[in-house]
Amino acid sequence: MSQYILRRLMIAIPSLLGISLVLFVVLALAPGDPFSELATNPNVPPEVQAALRAKFGLDDPIYLRYLHWLAAMAQGDWGFSFVSRVDVDTLILQRLPTTLYVVGSSQLLALLIAIPVGVYAATRPYSVFDQLANTFAFIGFSLPTFFTGILFILIFSVKLDWLPFVYTSVPGSGIPWLLEMIRQAIMPVMVLGLFQAASMTRFVRSAMLDVIRLDYVTTARAKGLGQAKVIVKHVMRNAMIPVVTLVALQVPAVFGGAIVTEQIFRIPGIGSLLISSILANDTPVVMAVTFVFACLVVLFNLIADVLYGWLDPRISFR
Amino acid sequence: MALLDIKGLKTHFTTDAGILQAVDGVDISINRGETLCVVGESGCGKTVTAMSILKLIAMPPGKIVEGEIMFEGRDLVPLTSRELDDIRAKEIGFIFQEPMTSLNPVLTIGEQIAESLRRHEAVTKKQALERTIEMLKLVQIPNAAGRVHHYPHQFSGGMRQRVMIAMALACRPKLVIADEPTTALDVTIQAQILDLLQDMKERFGMAVMLITHAMGVVAETAQRVVVMYAGKVVEEAPVDELFGNPRHPYTQGLIRSIPRIDLDAEHKTRLEAIGGSVPILINPPVGCRFAPRCKHAMSICTQKEPRLREIAPGHRMACHLGDAS
Amino acid sequence: MAGLTLASPSAERRGYSPLRETWRRYRRHKPAVVSAVLLLLLIAAVVIGPFIWRVSISDIDVVAGLQGPSLAHPFGTDDLGQDLLARMIYGGRISLAVGLAAMLVSVFVGTLIGALAGMSRGALGYALMWLTDLFLSLPQLPLLLMLIYLFRDGLKAVFGPEGGIFILIVLVIGGLRWMPVARLVRAQFLSLREKEFVEAARALGASPVRQVVRHILPNALGPVIIAGTIDVAAAIIAESTLSFLGLGFPPDTPTWGRILYDAKDFLDIGPHWALFPGGAIFIAVVAINFIGDGLRDALDARKVI
Repeated sequence: MSQYILRRLMIAIPSLLGISLVLFVVLALAPGDPFSELATNPNVPPEVQAALRAKFGLDDPIYLRYLHWLAAMAQGDWGFSFVSRVDVDTLILQRLPTTLYVVGSSQLLALLIAIPVGVYAATRPYSVFDQLANTFAFIGFSLPTFFTGILFILIFSVKLDWLPFVYTSVPGSGIPWLLEMIRQAIMPVMVLGLFQAASMTRFVRSAMLDVIRLDYVTTARAKGLGQAKVIVKHVMRNAMIPVVTLVALQVPAVFGGAIVTEQIFRIPGIGSLLISSILANDTPVVMAVTFVFACLVVLFNLIADVLYGWLDPRISFR
Repeated sequence: MALLDIKGLKTHFTTDAGILQAVDGVDISINRGETLCVVGESGCGKTVTAMSILKLIAMPPGKIVEGEIMFEGRDLVPLTSRELDDIRAKEIGFIFQEPMTSLNPVLTIGEQIAESLRRHEAVTKKQALERTIEMLKLVQIPNAAGRVHHYPHQFSGGMRQRVMIAMALACRPKLVIADEPTTALDVTIQAQILDLLQDMKERFGMAVMLITHAMGVVAETAQRVVVMYAGKVVEEAPVDELFGNPRHPYTQGLIRSIPRIDLDAEHKTRLEAIGGSVPILINPPVGCRFAPRCKHAMSICTQKEPRLREIAPGHRMACHLGDAS
Repeated sequence: MAGLTLASPSAERRGYSPLRETWRRYRRHKPAVVSAVLLLLLIAAVVIGPFIWRVSISDIDVVAGLQGPSLAHPFGTDDLGQDLLARMIYGGRISLAVGLAAMLVSVFVGTLIGALAGMSRGALGYALMWLTDLFLSLPQLPLLLMLIYLFRDGLKAVFGPEGGIFILIVLVIGGLRWMPVARLVRAQFLSLREKEFVEAARALGASPVRQVVRHILPNALGPVIIAGTIDVAAAIIAESTLSFLGLGFPPDTPTWGRILYDAKDFLDIGPHWALFPGGAIFIAVVAINFIGDGLRDALDARKVI
């Protein structure tokens, strides 16, 4: 198993390098010098300008520039935000936990909805429950997150006045503060979680239906184990293997949804940081946040690979 | 009293094209400790009959529309799946055709055998493991104590079928249904598995219902034989009687299609094939279902269905030809 | 197999026509049929609409701002009193055009890369599949945003504010969504390459290009059409998302996403402003997805009994 994880790690590194190369090429191809506006920006002290130009080696050949940039990124030296006037890595580290908290809770919510609904629907294909679940799933993943977000605000904040629609992150402590923290996270987590749950439910259902008609399920039935045990121990366990792969493929979309959700509810995460930096032409932050998102996707794919190996003995033994 | 007595069983499937009459009025009975072979071409309803006994067919689209399945004097047809769970594996064990796909790939074989023991008998986890190892030794799996923790993909096809046999016999059932247990295996392994099955039968004294399409297997293992065609029983007899005096044209065809390697090349007996193939059982032909392929077909054969009747003690068949002679 | 003629008399009754058979199976998927009608109506509305509803999209009338639906303004007005119906019709043209154009880009790129990867038995095939997997694990939206941030001004200078952003959005969305098509086409290639009819064509001396164009691509068409349909919906969502984040079309170009972006600060006093464009995006996307589902039923050969 540990050998398998090591092998997956070895595969993750080239793809991380590949992504960094794509990002760098995009930056290099961009018309004009992305740093030229620094010269006209009165907020930037000349010595910072000079240091930056030297660091990025703007006059070096392109492969050298890539290696320099890569070395700097690898060392955590991500540059300086001209707008916030702090190091980019500090800025991102401040914002990252909020994003992970919202994305993590919504994924959890999605799993808690998708697995029971998908499993139950698959055990009763074409029943009323199955058709309802299917219709809702279909509507759910056709509703873009920005529209669900607005609908939620309209219903729960404007009409019913139950939940706040602006996320605040004032530090505090005590039960009331904690409750407020949870209360303000409900809508963003619901928006993102329901969107994910919709496509996950479809994955779970179709994977279950694929497994349920296999020979070894009949074998399990012939043992008199009972419907619940057959479904959970024999069908679900196997159906989760393709589901893990499909969910991993969805990870980039999850972070896309997170950016939109953070923007709607003004959550101070790295998604809204990306948008505000783009609007403020803060190139180092834009680059760094994009790279962080790429790293997160690779990391989650790695986690999915490990899960896959854990679920399927045929993989980890090879 | 027979151990298992199937009377007038009809299992139909609802399909887009209509009702598929996969099993259409089958009578089969098995006595305690007896080996009964059910033979016939693929698609003749052998497997559906066997699966109907424990309701292992998918329902829907499948449905037992008529008949009774008496096991030790108790009708299994009206029982719910939950009630049947106490009989599955405990009273009636099942060995499936495809050892490569009939074992769950993500559970160790030990877990898969032990779960059946733990379901039906009051054993601890440790006792279940011990009995599992014992069963693996009985089916001659080398290094049973180590292999018990291995996954199916670490076994060959023949070894997996041994595991399947161990699984089916773990709870010492009174009847074992083996659905073409050797079809998917190499010829050399086939003989080993049949020997093992015979061995186990003698050791535990259970009855065996062996489903096969190979007449060679029938001759070697069976005491009694049931020949099925297109969802119906066409002939039934003790094994010597069936091979010595086959009466139904279909049975005769089946026997003639066995390659004879004991006759030397001088004889040059031609291997005969039965022309045509099993009809699709949606709107099957009226009259005898074998008539379109039968060399002796008469006009009555396409009009009236022949009834299964006794022509000699223990020998029953369904053919109009018998009426005339 | 021998009993097949017995089981399907319908095949004899009419001459076998793949198109008619596809339509027959598509028709059985009721939501897909309703969706097709709905989408056709939507397309008709945005194409013919401006000729019937002759209200300017940019006439400002601050006094009539933020009005709900009325006879004068069936969809109401925005904060500047601009007519929302006219703006929605205009925006629909752009949203649907972006969706279709981006789909064409992704299908073209995907087919090209998939075909190359499927034909090559060597390093090129592996390299292309690695590239495909790499693109699948790219964080799409951040990259999309970054590309638009970096190239926006350059293209605006060449093609004008609207044309530049249209080309950029179509190329970027299309260029980030070709991977599923590439995988499908490659898979078709790998499975069809060894089939008899392709072998026969090869034996008869058909050139590789001819094999691909005449024998393999037509067989890969079904899955590609399904993937392409779903791509249209995804591209519409992507464009709306960009506009919603304020990084798509310029403010004076009212795409559905842009209208929603402008409306989101007036939810309490003018909810209709957000509901109409949001609803339009939802209806377009759900209809296209259902059509994709219906096509899957109709074109998936494995479902034939």
